[in-house]
Amino acid sequence: MSAATVDTLRRGNAAASVPAGDTASSRSDHIKFAVFAIAVLTMPVWLSPIGAGYPDLVQKFAIFGIFAIGFNILFGLTGYLSFGHAAFLGVGSYAAVWSFKLLTMNVVPAMIFGVLASGVFALLIGYVSLRRTGIYFSILTLAFAQMSYNLAYSVLTPITNGETGLQLALHDPRVLDGPAEAGLPTTTLFGMETIGYPGFYVCAVMLIVAYYVAMRITRSPFGMTLRAIKSNQNRMNYTGFNTRPYTLAAFVISGMYAGLAGSLMAVVDPLAGAERMQWTASGEVVLMTILGGTGTLLGPVLGAGIIKYFENIFSAFNDQVLGRIFDFLPEVLQNLMVTLVHPFVGEGWHLTLGVVFMLIVIFLPGGVMEGIGRISARISRSRSNRSS
Amino acid sequence: MDALVLQALNGLDKGGAYALIALGLTLIFGTLGVVNFAHGALFMLGAFCAVTMQKILTLSKQIEDTSVTFFKAFKEVPYLEIWLGDTGRMLIDYSVPIAILLTIPFMLLVGLVMERGLVQFFYKRSHAEQILVTFGLAIVIQEIIKSVFGANPIPTPAPDVVSGSADVGAWIGFGDGLYYPYWRLIYLGFSLTIIGAVFAFLRFTTFGMVVRAGMQDRETVGLLGIDVQRRFTIVFGIAAVVAGLAGMMYTPILPPDYHMGMDFLVLSFVVVVVGGMGSLEGAVLAGFLLGILQSFASMNEVKAIIPGIDQIIVYLVAVVVLQVRPRGLLGRRGVMEG
Repeated sequence: MSAATVDTLRRGNAAASVPAGDTASSRSDHIKFAVFAIAVLTMPVWLSPIGAGYPDLVQKFAIFGIFAIGFNILFGLTGYLSFGHAAFLGVGSYAAVWSFKLLTMNVVPAMIFGVLASGVFALLIGYVSLRRTGIYFSILTLAFAQMSYNLAYSVLTPITNGETGLQLALHDPRVLDGPAEAGLPTTTLFGMETIGYPGFYVCAVMLIVAYYVAMRITRSPFGMTLRAIKSNQNRMNYTGFNTRPYTLAAFVISGMYAGLAGSLMAVVDPLAGAERMQWTASGEVVLMTILGGTGTLLGPVLGAGIIKYFENIFSAFNDQVLGRIFDFLPEVLQNLMVTLVHPFVGEGWHLTLGVVFMLIVIFLPGGVMEGIGRISARISRSRSNRSS
Repeated sequence: MDALVLQALNGLDKGGAYALIALGLTLIFGTLGVVNFAHGALFMLGAFCAVTMQKILTLSKQIEDTSVTFFKAFKEVPYLEIWLGDTGRMLIDYSVPIAILLTIPFMLLVGLVMERGLVQFFYKRSHAEQILVTFGLAIVIQEIIKSVFGANPIPTPAPDVVSGSADVGAWIGFGDGLYYPYWRLIYLGFSLTIIGAVFAFLRFTTFGMVVRAGMQDRETVGLLGIDVQRRFTIVFGIAAVVAGLAGMMYTPILPPDYHMGMDFLVLSFVVVVVGGMGSLEGAVLAGFLLGILQSFASMNEVKAIIPGIDQIIVYLVAVVVLQVRPRGLLGRRGVMEG
């Protein structure tokens, strides 16, 4: 019964969103995946001309890319808008730092613990929240995330170290590594330090793995079922298909992605604070996903990159930099441009973010990916016109 | 017992603010079907109307300070004080209530512009997109306010006459020691008045009747030859005014800063959902309920039993209510569940 239902829905609803047949799309998927992997690994090279090639920033691109890919598995595929995803990010961070403190500075166990802890946490929250749909679901996830955030600041201080944040200390047990010698130890990958570019490569490899897993999920019958839930959950329920296990699985997977992102944050900087769980952080990942393109594989990564790039580069602009940029203009115009642009950069980069964001939602609801799609469609159309 | 009454009062004025914001949110949602995430920003704009009024009234001129004789000293004296003397001083003192003259037209204008300029294009779009675009607008409004007024909270005191505390205990016969700030009492009365006015407006005027009918079945009302859209636009303006007034009157309780709207918005959404999407009575009820519960949970006696409860009570209540009553306290079936 259930298999037949999925099959019907697959033909009925999901066909539109996956135009190519399974075999054909699998080849183009693998090509895209290969291009994506190469692009991610060479990020420090091709991003340096625009001033974004340094380790701190490319690490952020990769980490938030993972976060957004995971969020998209829930929101993009099932349509459930979670407003509390940052809680899983925070749990992943705390679990990873505790692993550094108690076990070893090796990043592998830290990531495993981060993913597991947030997975269990997501299972609990998802089990309760997924009993409701629509905005009721959003508010439930928001409520749980805010509770975690507030508790991390107050009652859970022994675990989270409150406002100071959880940090490494000299007297940590670290049973596998033995006591620290002089100074605080750094995170390692089987003896290799993971600070700076090596840290980026750890994140980059995880991003590629995350992308691959997300791709396989999207193309699998499981992914089909999730998209069917998005397009019409009632119809699935009426035909006797129990959607709960599927939505819960998507929620947990998505929470584990967030946990991985959180533990990677701890890998590149062994420190965990409660502000990672605040609802603004949850809002940020929603913005990234929408900006890039909901439901697409690559979109969320692009969105994450664009927002983090804006945040880092734009917020560093000041009037002198602006003056240099508009240097080619006559002095009056130059001063005018500097005054006009001033509110949008530096401290005010959030204003730019808000404006860009509104424009995207108004004119390009499919995000950057839709924009790319439209442009390429136009190019191919004009090309075919010319040849005929 | 005294402590309980005091905490209940404490909760009521906060609950009043929640109820007013939630009321506006529900009005907009019930009429236009739009989830307005910029409503907190409207609350904040109202608060900054009070700040602006205070700044206008205290526009000052530098004059020589004759009390200092050793060197030339200057002091700032507001024009109003120069021109009107004591009356001017009193006007400055009352700047928060006077700000009503600015808040109502300004917020009405903001509401109408917002509805015509942005929200009307989002009726048919998904709720997620409505949330996102209004969220973007909220960021923009917030940042504009930040760049004009700065990031720090701006103190806007209540008039001197009502800056003290009222001996509430004596009024209701509970003995001594039960003091409560006048301004919070005023706020409570104010919010109840506004809520009453909105309900009366919807119930007893023809305009309100059409709006209620439109909320039930927009198409039929439209077929009767009534311009529903125009009335709903006005309702949006009214909701903006309500949020603005709530913010304006809240300034003596909490000095406004640019992100106060966001803080209130998250809680107000919880309030709306607990009350039940689309139910005006539910919004008001849940607003006061959560306000009171929040202040009870912050009592030391309660905190001693369940540590940390004051931090999470609102969200905890939201979770419990939504598990027991899927559509909130007074919500209708099928609203916002898709």
